[in-house]
Amino acid sequence: MGNFPQKVDRFIESFIHQNGYVRVLEGLQNTLLIAVAGLVIGILIGTLIATARVIPKYKVLPRILNGFCSFYVGLFRGTPMVVQLLVFYYVMLPLLGARMTGVQVSILVFGLNSGAYISEIMRSGILSVDHGQMEAGRAVGLSFGTTMVKIVIPQAVKNILPTLGNEFIALVKETSVVSFVGATDLYVAFNYMGSNTYEFMVPYLVMALIYILLVLIISAGIKIMERSLRKSDRRH
Amino acid sequence: MIDVINLEKKFEDTEVLKGISVTIEKGDIVVVIGPSGSGKSTFLRCLNCMEDPTGGQIIFNGVDIADMKVDINVHRRRMGMVFQHFNLFYNKTVIQNIMLAPVLVQCQDLSRAKRRNVWLRVTNLFRKGPARREPVSIDTTKAKIKAQAHENALCLLRRIGLEDKADVYPSTLSGGQKQRVAIIRSLAMNPDVILFDEPTSALDPEMVGEVLDLMKALAKEGMTMIIVTHEMGFAREVANKVIFIDDGKILESAPPAEFFGAPKNPRLKEFLSKVLA
Repeated sequence: MGNFPQKVDRFIESFIHQNGYVRVLEGLQNTLLIAVAGLVIGILIGTLIATARVIPKYKVLPRILNGFCSFYVGLFRGTPMVVQLLVFYYVMLPLLGARMTGVQVSILVFGLNSGAYISEIMRSGILSVDHGQMEAGRAVGLSFGTTMVKIVIPQAVKNILPTLGNEFIALVKETSVVSFVGATDLYVAFNYMGSNTYEFMVPYLVMALIYILLVLIISAGIKIMERSLRKSDRRH
Repeated sequence: MIDVINLEKKFEDTEVLKGISVTIEKGDIVVVIGPSGSGKSTFLRCLNCMEDPTGGQIIFNGVDIADMKVDINVHRRRMGMVFQHFNLFYNKTVIQNIMLAPVLVQCQDLSRAKRRNVWLRVTNLFRKGPARREPVSIDTTKAKIKAQAHENALCLLRRIGLEDKADVYPSTLSGGQKQRVAIIRSLAMNPDVILFDEPTSALDPEMVGEVLDLMKALAKEGMTMIIVTHEMGFAREVANKVIFIDDGKILESAPPAEFFGAPKNPRLKEFLSKVLA
């Protein structure tokens, strides 16, 4: 540890004077982009799947939908994210003859993957809303879909917001695997600085601090959102 | 107005309703009573297909709504429902609760009319002279619909003396206030009939009166009402027809004077002697 100050100096040198910060900013941007876009896609997919799975199943179509959704959830929860990234990038893309950058593929895979997890979170949220709410909506002549969108899902989201926050935090941290498909994220940026200076201790330490800072900011944001959504309750 | 013909309902293997037939005319106040588990709530919930009937017909304004092919949402708009546990929308303020359905339904109709007009204009390009069809004139906008619904909702709230609660969330209301808001929420759709599923059973005794008073006022205005309740006094005073259901069948149906004064069915006699004791 004796030469720690020297290591810090070396890091600052490479961070500022050798343009390390440009890569770090790019990495930070990609990390956030992949996590946020993945979460948005995930919430959309998750809500659709969750809704499909709570439709009353007297008819054939809802049953088929339900079967498909179970398959989807099973598939994406049953394989590691890294495997999904690799399969998508090195198997699906060549097969389809499509061209996508590492970041685009990452956004897509993160969205599809978190969609599977969020669908279960959302389903538990929908089930936590009193069945009377759906009945009241139907009784005034609204359709299942309208009641779902206007009444049930807003209340469900309020109930699952803390869990949804967990999912977002997990997504932010999991972005550290996107280097497998050649996308520059925080890990790649700091790893590059490390290999340039043959000195990994300080860059990785700073990387960890940045991740913690990100997560703390997100947690604070979720708390604020939760408080504003709790206006209609008397619990505070 | 409502003709129920041989209505049946089965849950899995248990038969809850075993062929119920009843006719309800416009302006009728029908009170349904019976021991718990007799099927009276199920009967009420079958009337607007909250539970899908497994047999029989419900002819409402000339349409058999028990038929699964009918768009039930359209008919439910003409048929209000008030629940035992109020079921106000907890994520909406009081006034939003009342406005929600009228605004959504009218806005949906408006956009449907607009889409139809666009379609007519496009197809008119290929039609000649007399074959052309005139688009319907639309004299309303979303803003107008909202303003009108807001006006109407305030008017209804004033009627029950809760206009100062318009912008609070339902969780801050008392039980009696919640139920009265629930009643005017169903009124806001201008229904032909309102179904009441034990509207006072979840209330503190001191709040039962205010809800019953509102229901009496509605009855006086000629609203058609079908009420499942345990309030015998209310049944005697307001109803013009009382129905006794037990074991999924109607055992007696009579005007209240006869129903309470000279019951014929032995099971009804026994039931009345217990609840009126």
